[in-house]
Amino acid sequence: MDSLIYHSPALIVALPLVAAFAIPLISRAGYRVRSTFSLVILGLVTFLVAVLAVDVHTVGIRVYTFGATAAELALPGGYMVPVRIMFQVDGMSIFMGIIITTVTLAALIYSIHFMKDQTGQARFYSLMMLLYAGMMGLAFTGDMFNLFVFLEIASIAGAGLAAYRTNMADALEGGFKYIVVSAISALMVLFAIGILYSQYNVLSIAALANYMQYTTLDMIALGLLGGAFVMKLAGVPLHMWAPDTYTVAPAGTTPMILAASYTSMYALYRITFTLYGAHIDSTAIGWIVIVVGVLSMFVGVMMAVHQTDIKRMMAYHAISQGGYMLLGVGVGLAVLANPVALASYGRDAINGGVFHIINHVFYKALLFMTAEAIFFRIGTRDTNKMGGLARNMKWTAVFYIIGALAISGIPPLNGFASKLLIYETVLQFNPVLAVIAMFVSLVTLASFAKVFYSAFTGPEMPAYREVREVPKSMIIGMAILAACVIFFGIFPGLIVDNLVAPATEALINQAPYINAVMGAVP
Amino acid sequence: MMEHVPLDFPFIAAALLMGVSLYIIIFKKNLIKLIMGVAMLAAGVNLFLVALGYRAGGGAPIYTGVPKETMVMPVPQALTLTSIVINVAVLALMLTMVIRIYRHTGSLDSEKSRKLKG
Repeated sequence: MDSLIYHSPALIVALPLVAAFAIPLISRAGYRVRSTFSLVILGLVTFLVAVLAVDVHTVGIRVYTFGATAAELALPGGYMVPVRIMFQVDGMSIFMGIIITTVTLAALIYSIHFMKDQTGQARFYSLMMLLYAGMMGLAFTGDMFNLFVFLEIASIAGAGLAAYRTNMADALEGGFKYIVVSAISALMVLFAIGILYSQYNVLSIAALANYMQYTTLDMIALGLLGGAFVMKLAGVPLHMWAPDTYTVAPAGTTPMILAASYTSMYALYRITFTLYGAHIDSTAIGWIVIVVGVLSMFVGVMMAVHQTDIKRMMAYHAISQGGYMLLGVGVGLAVLANPVALASYGRDAINGGVFHIINHVFYKALLFMTAEAIFFRIGTRDTNKMGGLARNMKWTAVFYIIGALAISGIPPLNGFASKLLIYETVLQFNPVLAVIAMFVSLVTLASFAKVFYSAFTGPEMPAYREVREVPKSMIIGMAILAACVIFFGIFPGLIVDNLVAPATEALINQAPYINAVMGAVP
Repeated sequence: MMEHVPLDFPFIAAALLMGVSLYIIIFKKNLIKLIMGVAMLAAGVNLFLVALGYRAGGGAPIYTGVPKETMVMPVPQALTLTSIVINVAVLALMLTMVIRIYRHTGSLDSEKSRKLKG
């Protein structure tokens, strides 16, 4: 048991990676064996993530060095710099790990029935495991080059999943856009890594942060990394791929691709806070993040209002909600150098921005799943063709209401908890930004209410008289997320204290991350 | 022979490759040309990484050969190799998708084969 905990950072990535390549083989034994195998592997990994989360919460940052005699030995004997590949798991990494794992678990359970009659299921589950391994690696890695490798693993798997329904031309288009954007941003990241390596001769994030001089070349590298990750997380004006890709990806995988976008957001925060940290002009960079956030919020919601495709509407709302996260963290970043402002509202702003990631992924995943449940039963995503569905699909309607109220920030659901934190703190920083944020929230509510009325209420439509509720595994998948949405809304204090605050602390204070590796160096 | 080549020559070549490829990616409408642009961008970045690893007078770090010169640090070469392998996978995936798109829409023009708008 102890060695299981000890090796958990490596196992969390290795198990799904091995499972991804084992699944095509195991699939020969049949549908039931494959589903059980996938669930068992993911259940085991979920247990490991929970154990590691408790460990990181009580003991602190965890370093796992591959190939060392002892996993916590970051510096080999006689060396001053880390030469081995390592994972570093701190509050922020495990926070992302919990999000990714919960969403993947719900998505997998949801997919079991959703995919039952489709062809090529073996590859579908393979890619799902690969995407999971890529995202977890991205969240845990302490090495710049591994960041690139895991980014590419997640991108290839994500694009394969988005284009999974190859019988539809639009699915291929969405997948193709995703892979082009991912390839370009990954190459930008690699170029930036080359620039950083040329100056400091190390690849470890902690060592780079330790030696950081913030020369002109470093600024160029920051620009490249920032641009690449903003493109991957679909921040306006680099958001064009997101609506297409989210719309066409099959049910369970849309939430996973959404989670992959926020893993890129994690990478952006890791670069700006931990790698560059104290060196950057945090007010200027913070304002850039705020402007991207406000643009995303506003443009996203304005594009969403007039959509008739239900998933496309939700995809634009995903861009808009991403703006809230950037706004919260951007405000915190802008006052990072000012201890008084940081203590009075900056820390809470980052709390709000980080808390909104977990809340948004859960309720948006839930909403995407309800949209796909409708698509599963009636075969269209056009809201104008829907009507009266609440009569026959009661559970789906209930889950949609929960998700729609949560995204609009209605108490006591989780969207309210994080949005309130963002409003309060942004109001102290700049009232205009808070007004924009509240306005966007109102428009969000209006747009979701409109879709609710056209899809679920109204007279019974003759074409949909025979429509039945979706199968049980899809309901269970949605119920997991709905339970999280309600639980987080009722006990926000519990979550903020135990999950979000350590993540914020890990962002603001870069010293523990550096010292965990470079501790022996004076 | 090598000492007559200015050391920053590979960097200029890499910058040119990346510049041209960005132009292709942004302005060309043909999907195959777009993929060629991504391939050139990858080539530019790989050239940049290899050029970083070059040290005048350094030897290849192969221990069995017992070289007399000082050996170079092989990290940039290792990075390049990994990056080439990854890019092969990415380009192969892109090409398969484009073939499928062509079968569905009968066009490689990104304006004509578009289905998703607004």
